[in-house]
Amino acid sequence: MKKNVFSLNDEIRSIYINPNETLLEVLRDKLGVKSPKCGCDSGDCGACTVLIDGKSVRSCLILAIEVDGSTISTLEGISKDGLSPLQKAFHEHNVFQCGYCAPGMILSATELLKKNPHPSEHDIKEAIAGNLCRCTGYIPVIEAILDFTKKD
Amino acid sequence: MAIPYEFGYQKPATLQEAIALLAEHDKNARILAGGTDLVNELKQGFRVPEILIDIKGITELKNIQLVDDQLEIGALVTFSEILHSKILHDNAYILFEAAGLVASNGVRNRATMVGNICSAVACMDSASPLLVHDAVIHLISSQGERNVPIQKWFDDNRKTTIRPNELVTHVSIPIPKVKYAGAYQKMMRYSGEDLSQANVGVLLFADNTVHVAFGSVGPIPKRSPKIENLLKAKGLSADTIEEAKQMIEKVIAPITDVRASKEYRLHMCKVMFVRALNTAQARIKKPKLITKKLHYEKKCLQSE
Ligand code: FES
Ligand code: FES
Repeated sequence: MKKNVFSLNDEIRSIYINPNETLLEVLRDKLGVKSPKCGCDSGDCGACTVLIDGKSVRSCLILAIEVDGSTISTLEGISKDGLSPLQKAFHEHNVFQCGYCAPGMILSATELLKKNPHPSEHDIKEAIAGNLCRCTGYIPVIEAILDFTKKD
Repeated sequence: MAIPYEFGYQKPATLQEAIALLAEHDKNARILAGGTDLVNELKQGFRVPEILIDIKGITELKNIQLVDDQLEIGALVTFSEILHSKILHDNAYILFEAAGLVASNGVRNRATMVGNICSAVACMDSASPLLVHDAVIHLISSQGERNVPIQKWFDDNRKTTIRPNELVTHVSIPIPKVKYAGAYQKMMRYSGEDLSQANVGVLLFADNTVHVAFGSVGPIPKRSPKIENLLKAKGLSADTIEEAKQMIEKVIAPITDVRASKEYRLHMCKVMFVRALNTAQARIKKPKLITKKLHYEKKCLQSE
C-alpha cells in the first residue's frame, strides 16, 4: 500500500492504494465517485472517461498509483454548483436515453470546448469518437454541442 | 476486472535510477509509460511483472526535437503531443497523419508512440511511418547504449529485440537531404477508434525513390524492397504502378481473422498502396495541400 495524494474535483484527497488497483476501481469503490462507469474495461468505450490535468483519459487503463500529484475531475466536479451550461444544453436537447455514456460524453465535450470553443461538426465527431453510445445514434449529442457553441 | 495479482511500483526521477532498477529486476520488471496497452495486458495476465517502473517522472524523455538532421521523439511523447507538434507536422507528416488515426482522443492523450512499437501488436499504427523513414530506436541499459534500426526491431507479433534490462529513450528519424512527402493509409471498420485491419505507408523522394511499408498484414510490419526496387528501376508510370500493385500478392501474406479476411486485406492493400502513392505524389508537388485538407489538425496546431 502506498499513500497517494491528488486533487479530485477541487478537493485534496489522500488515500492508500495498491499498485494493482485501477483509477476507475478506486474512484468508484473507494471514493464513492460513481459517474465514471465500467463499460468495456479495456479502453474502447469511453464510459470510464475522467479528466486528468484537463485531458480526457480512460480511467480503466490507468493505475490509481500513477495519479499521485495530479488533478482529476469527474462529472461530479463539473456539476458541483448545479448543471453546467453544457449539461443544460444536453438536457434541453433531450440527448441521452439510458445515460450510461453520458459522463464520458460530457467530459470529452468539455475538454474539446476548452481547447476549441467553436468546433466544427467534424471536430465534435473526432472528440467524441471514443465515446460509444448504444442509444442515441450520436446525432442529438452532436446537435446539442453545436447548438451550445452557437449560443455564446 | 481487477488485476488479479500484486506487483511493486517505482517511479524513478532520473534515467540513471530507472536503469539501476531495471538492472536489479531484469525480466521481472516492466516499463510503464502511457499504460494503455500494459494495463490491458496486466488484466489479461499476458504480462505478470514483479515490478512496474513508471518512467513518467523522467522529463528528458518528453522531448520532440530536431538535432542537426535528426528528428528525435522521446519515449514519453504521446500521440496527442505528436498531433500538436509543428516540428513533426513539418518534417514527418506521415507520422503526424498516422497519429491522428490511433484509437480515440482519450487514448491518444495517454498512449505513447514508443509504447506502441514496444508493445508491437501487429496492428499498430506507428510502425509503417517509422519504417519508411528508416527510424532508429535508441536504447539504454546499465551496460551502455544501443541503437537498433527499425527494420531489425520487430521479432514477432508482440515481440521486439529489446533486452530485459533495456529501456527505449527515444526514436530518431533522419531528415532526408532531398525533398520528400509521405502518406499513410489505414483500413478500419469505422473511423474514430478502430484498430487497423491493414495499413500502408509510402514515402516518396524527389528523385522518385519510393519507400513502402505494410502493417497489420503479418506478424510484423515490413518494408518491401521488391516493390521499391521495381519502382526505382522502372519509374512511376501507370504500368509500373500496376505491376507493383500485382506484386503485393507476393510480398505480403495476410491472415483471416475476426476483423477481416485475407482476400479483403490483400485487395485493400493494393488499393491503399495506390492511394498512398498518389497522395504522396500530390503532396510532393504541392506541400500546401497538407494543411489545407486536414482542418482538424490545423486547429490543433493553431491552439499551440
Ligand atoms: S470502461 Fe474504460 S474505456 Fe470502456
Ligand atoms: S444514452 Fe445509452 S449509451 Fe448513450
